[in-house]
Amino acid sequence: MLSRVAENLYWIARYVERAENTARLISVTNNLMLDLPRGVKPGWQPLIEILGAEGSFDANDGDERAAIRFLIGDLANTGSILSSLGNARGNARTVRDFLPREAWEQINDLYLKTRLDLQRGLSQRHRYDYLRSIIIGAQSITGLLAGTMTHDNGYDFIRMGRNLERGDMTTRIIDVRSANLLPEQTTDLTPFENIQWMSVLKSMSAYQMYRRELQVRVRRADVLRFLFQHPHFPRAFYHCVGEVEQCLANLPRNDAPLRVVAHLKRIVTEASPESLSQDELHAFIDDLQLGMIDLNEQINQTYFRPPEPVVGDP
Amino acid sequence: MHRLLGERDYDIPSVQYLQRLHQQATLSGPWPHQARVSLRGSQVILMTISWKDYPVEGVFDELVRGGGRARPAARSLCRYLSRLSDAELDEYRAAAEIAIRVMGITFTVYSEEEGSIDRAWPFDIIPRIIAKKEWDRIEEGLKQRVQALNLFIDDIYHDQKIVKDGVFPEGILAGSQNFRPQCVGIDPPLGVWAHICGSDLVRDDDGTMYVLEDNLRVPSGVSYMLENRLVMKRVFPDLFENYSILPVDDYPSQLYDCLASVSPRPVERPEVVVLTPGIYNSAYFEHAYLAQQMGAELVEGRDLVVPDDDCVYMRTVAGLTRVDVIYRRIDDLFLDPEVFHPDSRLGVHGLMRAWKAGNVALANAPGAGVADDKVVYFFVPQMIKYYLDEDPIIPNVPTYMCVEKTDREHVLANLHKMVVKPANESGGYGMLVGPHATKKDRQRFARLIRKDPRNYIAQPMLTLSTVPTVVGDHAEPRHVDLRPFVLSSRHTYVTMGGLTRVALRKGSTVVNSSQGGGSKDTWIVDTEAG
Repeated sequence: MLSRVAENLYWIARYVERAENTARLISVTNNLMLDLPRGVKPGWQPLIEILGAEGSFDANDGDERAAIRFLIGDLANTGSILSSLGNARGNARTVRDFLPREAWEQINDLYLKTRLDLQRGLSQRHRYDYLRSIIIGAQSITGLLAGTMTHDNGYDFIRMGRNLERGDMTTRIIDVRSANLLPEQTTDLTPFENIQWMSVLKSMSAYQMYRRELQVRVRRADVLRFLFQHPHFPRAFYHCVGEVEQCLANLPRNDAPLRVVAHLKRIVTEASPESLSQDELHAFIDDLQLGMIDLNEQINQTYFRPPEPVVGDP
Repeated sequence: MHRLLGERDYDIPSVQYLQRLHQQATLSGPWPHQARVSLRGSQVILMTISWKDYPVEGVFDELVRGGGRARPAARSLCRYLSRLSDAELDEYRAAAEIAIRVMGITFTVYSEEEGSIDRAWPFDIIPRIIAKKEWDRIEEGLKQRVQALNLFIDDIYHDQKIVKDGVFPEGILAGSQNFRPQCVGIDPPLGVWAHICGSDLVRDDDGTMYVLEDNLRVPSGVSYMLENRLVMKRVFPDLFENYSILPVDDYPSQLYDCLASVSPRPVERPEVVVLTPGIYNSAYFEHAYLAQQMGAELVEGRDLVVPDDDCVYMRTVAGLTRVDVIYRRIDDLFLDPEVFHPDSRLGVHGLMRAWKAGNVALANAPGAGVADDKVVYFFVPQMIKYYLDEDPIIPNVPTYMCVEKTDREHVLANLHKMVVKPANESGGYGMLVGPHATKKDRQRFARLIRKDPRNYIAQPMLTLSTVPTVVGDHAEPRHVDLRPFVLSSRHTYVTMGGLTRVALRKGSTVVNSSQGGGSKDTWIVDTEAG
């Protein structure tokens, strides 16, 4: 398989997953802000920081519409939902022969609809539905690929891109709660905090799964363990890294990326996120994201752009 | 918090950059080129196909003779068509449109807003028919012509005997934009330079078939020839049962064999790849199609690398893999920035090095375009005589060389009746169609010709032959040309027929698909076989 094709497939999956998770992030923040009392509303700036776009936009002036436009529909913001979907589409059109036709059509369609309906996303009234249709649209791309594409090396690259991005975004979504949205509440479990962790779970469609698994009330410690360490919940960080590991096992020359995977799995398993203060949690998430960046770089150097041409077996 | 990583973080050329490059790189211009047609005798018939009133005066129609009589090879088709009701005709046409959409046959048009977009391929359901007996002769003529052209190119890059013997003027060679000094002395495998040739044939009103031009650089259109046949088989299976229509489908395997036979490594299954400028090229559909049909990788320049060992490798997820034969669909000047345009990002650093070292085969070979020149074209009949000692089977369109004084005087005095073409352009660029041009344009061309006579040839305006074409609920004559494809390696192979292009728009003089041109299936029919 050509490196260029593998790389395109990998990035299609990353961009689609990014669009979906950005929609989830906006949705959870939106809900959170509705729940919070007047006066403590943190505004949209933390979210912009969580998406790594600080410096390119300032939401401190409280212009909600402008902030939402930046996050959803601004093509100058490379992390906006529309940019992500546009990039997914741009990658997909160069490898159309490798994708099931329906998957290509769905990618194309999702981009065009997201662009066309942007006004709905900007209005508070239709925002939930708009974001939900993006999430469902992205899920159907993922489903079409899983259900109709041969699970060969090409699919390994798609699955790898999806899980890498998903794991990364899970850490960012958890960060919504840790990024000083509220002054830290120490021992007393206020009903507030409970609600906030619930909305984090819901933003990842994780609430039901959490309840079934733990049968306890929603508590920070359990939520963190669930989202970081659960081996089977598809959006849990540990699970995502494990998926990448399985894909790598099917590919040649996988030593370097597998080493990073092993390292990442170890720091997640050994951590006890529930005992971390909000600041420490933030630093921990930072470590995980650095690990993901490293993993991406190893995949890149091994499969897409080796630094020096090395003559392999003809 | 860490920035979201993007693929651009690794210096991928931007989409806009690639679009710009592609526009520069397709020097031969968007295919198909413009053909000159005159529009005598295209009056409307207002009923379902009735051959009695079909106008053929002053023009050669490929299916119908005067008085509404069908030509022998077209007899059953014409009968079949005249029995169709309006509703049936409409149904067949819709079926063809659906087949084209479902099969995803597209051509790419560039648009400012959306970048490149794919359009459905315009297609007419009435085929063009040529009797096998006539075709056999044309096939012989094409083989003869391409054989002579390959001998000519090889000679030009070696001893230039044809120049020394005074058959081909040295001055013409010196002025050729497609002569590549970098190719002098190279011996490509089997001595073949133009592995794939697309020659355009036109028929004049007296029925004579002429060669209009030879495309030896990156001729395109063959995928549409193949797809047109598939569409026709889906829509008119009954016709194929009752007719002896010779098949065209073996082209991809013939192409693979042709390419594999020039592999520098004697391996069972050499690695053959198709090199495309990318998705913004107007012929990208064809590049992808042919790669898929041959089971070859479709690569871009950045997928290939030439390390110090002067071999070509492609970058795969398993490491570098050796490439033996490159069917390149990029013009010479963009192939290798080490040798040609230094800023080309479509090509591959060191490709010419590898080719000269004999470690990779390029089809067509760099420099083959030297024979793809309107002035060189003039000398093809002489080449056939010189190299093969034969008389040309298919004539050239009568051509005036502006570089010759008497010819030039004649051309300048008769500009209003002439088609003037620059020597090194194709795609209809920089052309003057005398009868349709304004006085101002003719004056401008007269100045151009006087300034640089070497660069211009002129031909009398031909009246291209017509084929009935569905317009609304009836048939009208529309002008056509024909592009057969010739493969040369150990054997010479000619496609069974070729791609018939048709000027669909009434009053239009252009067969270009982006400007209202379309295509038809081309049937070589064996009447003797029944």
